Amino acid sequence: MIVFGLLFSLTATASDAAQAAKAVEGSAKADKLDACVAPTPFMRRNHFELIKHQRDVTVHEGIRKTDNSLAGCIDCHAAKDAHGEHVAVDADDQFCASCHAYTGVSFDCFSCHATKPTKTGN
Amino acid sequence: MSEMIDQKRRDFVSVAGKTAAATVIAPGVFLHSVANASPRAEAVTDKVRYGMLIDSSKCADGCSDCVSACDKENGLDQLIKPEGASDDLWAQQKPRWIRAVKVKDNLTGHVSSLPMMCQHCEKPPCVDVCPTGASFRRDDGIVMVDRHTCIGCRYCMMACPYKARSFIHETVQFKQTATPRGKGCVESCNFCVHRLDNGGTTTACQDACKQGAIIFGDLKDPKSALVKALSKYPSVQLRADLKLNTGVRYSGI
Amino acid sequence: MKKISYSEWGIKSPHYWGLLAILGAVVAIGGFAALFMEHSGHWVTGMTNQVVWGLPHVFAIFLIVAASGALNIASIGSVFGKKAYKPLARLSGLLALTLLIGGLLVLVLDLGQPGRLIVAMTKYNFKSIFAWNIYLYVGFIAIVVVYLFTMMERKANDYTHTVGTIAFVWRLLLTTGTGSIFGFIVARQGYDAALMAPMFIIMSFAYGLAFYLLVLMFTFNADNRAIGDKMIARLKSLLAVFVAAIFYFVLVYHLTNLYGTENHDYEAFILLNGGIYTTLFWGGWVVAGLLLPMGILFHPALGKSRGAIAAASFLVLIGGFSAIYVVVIGGQAFPMAMFPGKTIIESGFFDGVGGAAAAYTPSLPEFLLGLGGIGVTLIATVVAVRLFQFLPASLADEAVDPHHS
Repeated sequence: MIVFGLLFSLTATASDAAQAAKAVEGSAKADKLDACVAPTPFMRRNHFELIKHQRDVTVHEGIRKTDNSLAGCIDCHAAKDAHGEHVAVDADDQFCASCHAYTGVSFDCFSCHATKPTKTGN
Repeated sequence: MSEMIDQKRRDFVSVAGKTAAATVIAPGVFLHSVANASPRAEAVTDKVRYGMLIDSSKCADGCSDCVSACDKENGLDQLIKPEGASDDLWAQQKPRWIRAVKVKDNLTGHVSSLPMMCQHCEKPPCVDVCPTGASFRRDDGIVMVDRHTCIGCRYCMMACPYKARSFIHETVQFKQTATPRGKGCVESCNFCVHRLDNGGTTTACQDACKQGAIIFGDLKDPKSALVKALSKYPSVQLRADLKLNTGVRYSGI
Repeated sequence: MKKISYSEWGIKSPHYWGLLAILGAVVAIGGFAALFMEHSGHWVTGMTNQVVWGLPHVFAIFLIVAASGALNIASIGSVFGKKAYKPLARLSGLLALTLLIGGLLVLVLDLGQPGRLIVAMTKYNFKSIFAWNIYLYVGFIAIVVVYLFTMMERKANDYTHTVGTIAFVWRLLLTTGTGSIFGFIVARQGYDAALMAPMFIIMSFAYGLAFYLLVLMFTFNADNRAIGDKMIARLKSLLAVFVAAIFYFVLVYHLTNLYGTENHDYEAFILLNGGIYTTLFWGGWVVAGLLLPMGILFHPALGKSRGAIAAASFLVLIGGFSAIYVVVIGGQAFPMAMFPGKTIIESGFFDGVGGAAAAYTPSLPEFLLGLGGIGVTLIATVVAVRLFQFLPASLADEAVDPHHS
């Protein structure tokens, strides 16, 4: 509990401090929700398992109707700038980096996947 | 005690009722969802086998509408030549899923134009040789690359008799949501799988061809336009001697 | 026969460190080339969607093929009981290891996604010969390490024959697997042949022995150790026989191809009008790699001259490199026959318009990466013979020849 609280405050301050330049704070859909796919502590610990399982299911079985799609994550977590345009979700001061910079875990998703939601969604 | 027994009966009736309702309504819902083009919720099965018939006699000389449409649909037109790359070399390195080919018969001189893409073989050599199993054949017949697992060894490119595969030689700047791709992996025509998985039934090249030379559909559905055309017109596999049982057939060459 | 003693390579310290510095530089440059290719993407190389495997693969396959052949010398001693070859076994095992590691490094560093090596080592499609090769290569390294242990640890000497036999069979499987990378491809006319695997095996015999001879002569020369005339004569004759065997296989391969009309285009490409591939075939593979070495090694006078033998070994290696280049790259450059009986007159994807071969120009990063692989092989060998007792103290006839009176 305490650990999560500490983590939360750490990430909150980190993102608060760095989001000044480009993105409008609180402009991402996720900022307005408490949780959508699963409760936040579960997502913090297990989001990569969900993503990894879903990628196999989508590619090999063709299943697209799911809460766990990467495009869905980006759609929710990408913030917007002052002009209403989306900011790349993996940018240094954005959602993914807010934890990943602290944990020092690098990921390869966005060498292939789009970092901003498309206008038409999926 | 008596409450538990009541609960069990209630549960039974509830489940039975729901099952009955579901059995009655479900077929209608299923048909409804297919018609309404919604994202796939169930895994693909081999009850469907996607294929294509290309009528080369309808393919217009000098036309490349299918190529432009495929490039646009699959984000290939978003790839830009890296700074410092030579034009010639880049032309040979940039990916291409479908291409227009013109062939001339050595004896008769007869010329045919036709589009070529991954033939979606039933026994794909590219799947046989992939060390990690990234190149695979989906249950519904689409041969594609799982680029999460691809290590970029290019063995499948060596093995494909139709030279269908492309390697991404450069960092991708403009990434697409529907058609992700990145440096270092191999890819090829996947019958616009992002459309099919989201409820679509046509490929971009088929939609773009004004001559109607490309018919895409389900090889296992006797009512599909594809199967009707295949039973009406004679067609061949390319490199039929390799016995790969391709999903793409050609007539008029 | 007297007991053989082994000792560390004793060249003067400044020479040793100088050698390490040069080789280290070659390795470092190769490493930077690999980083450059990986970071920018393969657009910086000459490899395209038409010629997908280029110079790095030629280097890698050459080194891997030579690696399995280098183990032969040890096998002749441990498996077939020829006492004269026993002193040579340790260096043979070492070279097999270092050649393989050098080749594998080049292969792995050229992958489009080298960071996914873990994926390649955990997910397998066992219909792919590549997947089997991963096991064969890594297993070979493990077996040769054990083999060397049985040779170098006196208490384990009794197991040398058993482990040596396993190693011998394993390396045959390994080279079969390497040749089958090409032999199993139905798409390309130059490859789809059962002969590829045995041809690769016989090529490995010669290239491995040529490497071995050169390393042996260099290390012994530099350290003033003697190699007896009988020993040199044995190795020289063996090399000559292996080269003659390659000649036979090349002859059979091409004559068989020439018999069937369907292969005439490919044969014309390699033998007549393939430009660089024809030049490399005749000049590199046949003349430099087969005819000249056979001429030298079978010659009554030249065959006794150490300089000539070294030159012949070097020529064999040149020939081997040319051979792999012609097979790997020539086989890809030759256009695929997608429409038998027809000629492609236009194509949006370089499909061999008018029967033209695909273009490929090796680039500098590819060459430096390949060279780095050779650098890794040599630096590992140099360090190993310096630190450990791989080299016999003497190969003079009085010391090691079993028939010496």
